[in-house]
Amino acid sequence: METSIFDIFLLEAVLNGLLLGGLLALLALGLNLIFGVIDVVWICYAELVMIGMYAIWWLHVQQGLPLAMGFGFGIVVVAVLGAVMHQFIIRPVLGAEPINQLLVTGGVLFFLQAAATVVFGVEFRNLGVRMPSVVIGELSLSSARMVAFVVAIAAIGGTWLFLSRTYLGTAIRAISQDRGIMPLMGVNPGRIYLLTSALGGGLAGLAACLLVLQYDIHPAIGLSLGPITFLICVLGGLGNLIGGFLAAFVFAQFISVGGFFFQLEWGYVIAFVFFIAMMFWKPEGLFAKRR
Amino acid sequence: MAAAKIVGWLLLALLAAAPWLGLGAYPMHLAIMALLWGYIYTSWSIMGRLGMVSFGHGAFLGIGAYGAVLMWNSAGVSPWIGGAMAVVVTVALAVLIGWPCFRFKIVGHYFALVTLALSEVVRLLIVALRDHTGGSLGITPKPALVGDATGSLAALQFSNKLLWFYAVLVCWLIALWIWRSVDRSMSRLALEAISEEEDASASIGIDVSRTKLQVTMLSAAMTCVGGVLYAQYQLYVNPETVSGIGISLQMVFGSIAGGMYVMLGPTVGAVFLLALSETLRILVGNQFHGLDLLIYGALLILFIIYLPKGILGTVLERLGRK
Repeated sequence: METSIFDIFLLEAVLNGLLLGGLLALLALGLNLIFGVIDVVWICYAELVMIGMYAIWWLHVQQGLPLAMGFGFGIVVVAVLGAVMHQFIIRPVLGAEPINQLLVTGGVLFFLQAAATVVFGVEFRNLGVRMPSVVIGELSLSSARMVAFVVAIAAIGGTWLFLSRTYLGTAIRAISQDRGIMPLMGVNPGRIYLLTSALGGGLAGLAACLLVLQYDIHPAIGLSLGPITFLICVLGGLGNLIGGFLAAFVFAQFISVGGFFFQLEWGYVIAFVFFIAMMFWKPEGLFAKRR
Repeated sequence: MAAAKIVGWLLLALLAAAPWLGLGAYPMHLAIMALLWGYIYTSWSIMGRLGMVSFGHGAFLGIGAYGAVLMWNSAGVSPWIGGAMAVVVTVALAVLIGWPCFRFKIVGHYFALVTLALSEVVRLLIVALRDHTGGSLGITPKPALVGDATGSLAALQFSNKLLWFYAVLVCWLIALWIWRSVDRSMSRLALEAISEEEDASASIGIDVSRTKLQVTMLSAAMTCVGGVLYAQYQLYVNPETVSGIGISLQMVFGSIAGGMYVMLGPTVGAVFLLALSETLRILVGNQFHGLDLLIYGALLILFIIYLPKGILGTVLERLGRK
């Protein structure tokens, strides 16, 4: 009897890992898209998500806007933030050494975290929306997580359609494969960069909508989300959208199942150690094609 | 050149005499912190300026700080021995990470992110082992000073700031000497060739991975010692201040803000960051929580955009041009 309950909990951990995987895949997609096109890793990507979460909380709880409108404005706010970030911070360092580009986004990380602390304080905030659990037999799953999973997957699908079916999307994909092609296609690189940054920001804003339903908001929440997100991107091969998608699910399983057997921190430790080991086995990314 | 040398020695003499000029306890504390961080940033820049930009030195700092304190608290082992053991562990870890990285030519973004993962692993391990480490709340070394005692050499605890000042001054000078030795050695030329053109250097008979690994081991060991000193001086550490993404980024920022391609650059960066955070703390006070960090972050962004060579690097370049 004991083993069967154990198995149920294990299954629950695996399913929760799957649901978490969808969310992480959404985060990884935005970051990967930006890296693939602009060749800069936004260390502060998760801080954009954090700002989005605060924006939704402020609009819904403080200003009394309906939640749906809060979500909509939240996405727009972060998309604009992404464009501003590119225009005023990334553009001046596009020609600089890669490490300076990485560091300047690290500066934005401190800045946004501090800005959130100044404006909203260090108290934990939440929407006060409690979504019920879905019980199937002995299984119990959070409906907020299930919604997040479905929306994240739909958004990833939508982004994929945009990239493969539209002219702008095709231009973006072309650039991420071969930077030299841009002038040949007659596209203005500055516009594509700006558009990609706004799109990446919008995806971060959407992730904020989904995360705010599950987690409390805190200025430091980006510090726990950020490292996972870019490790997933590296694991899948920086700029490789499909690789990042798959790696998100692998990573989520390590966190969820590892956390089930030990403690939550151990889940992360195991995932990180797995990441380091993988880097040595397949440094070009877990799902890269063999050259 | 001779004049510059004389000025340098005079400044050093002035620095060594500084504690006798009637400094209060607070300026002494700032001087010690500036030298200690100057030492740590210099240790980082030994590998950073050769193209190996590590975002993982928080791992080495954390192992040093926690290694010494944990051995002392749980087994009564002197921090001298505990610290030495931490250095051994750190060097082993540096090899474990460095060797495959250099072997498989993991460079640039990838190297930065792999090392960042390493420092997060150490931070999370410290938090996860909360039964021994106190978790996020941090840990204090068991006090060894009883009665009127002002210092215990075995426990590496001194209440006398003068002693700490000279201890970190000596460490800082040693770090500068090592920086200079690496700079003048054959391996520096080899490494500069490596950071420019890795395959070409391999083809003229430079053992790229080996040279990189030696510099990494040196830098990691020195950073680890910095962690031991930090913990023993402050007599308190927590996971965020000695490991993880925050402190690792700060080390990189400090070195680059000062100028990582000149010997005193990282030290200038340490003084600058310390002066900045103290000034903001005093001006802004505690009424606006986070405002000092906000200005700090904004200044860092401006620095990277407008002064990519760092303060000292830019100043020296201007002087050289005249």
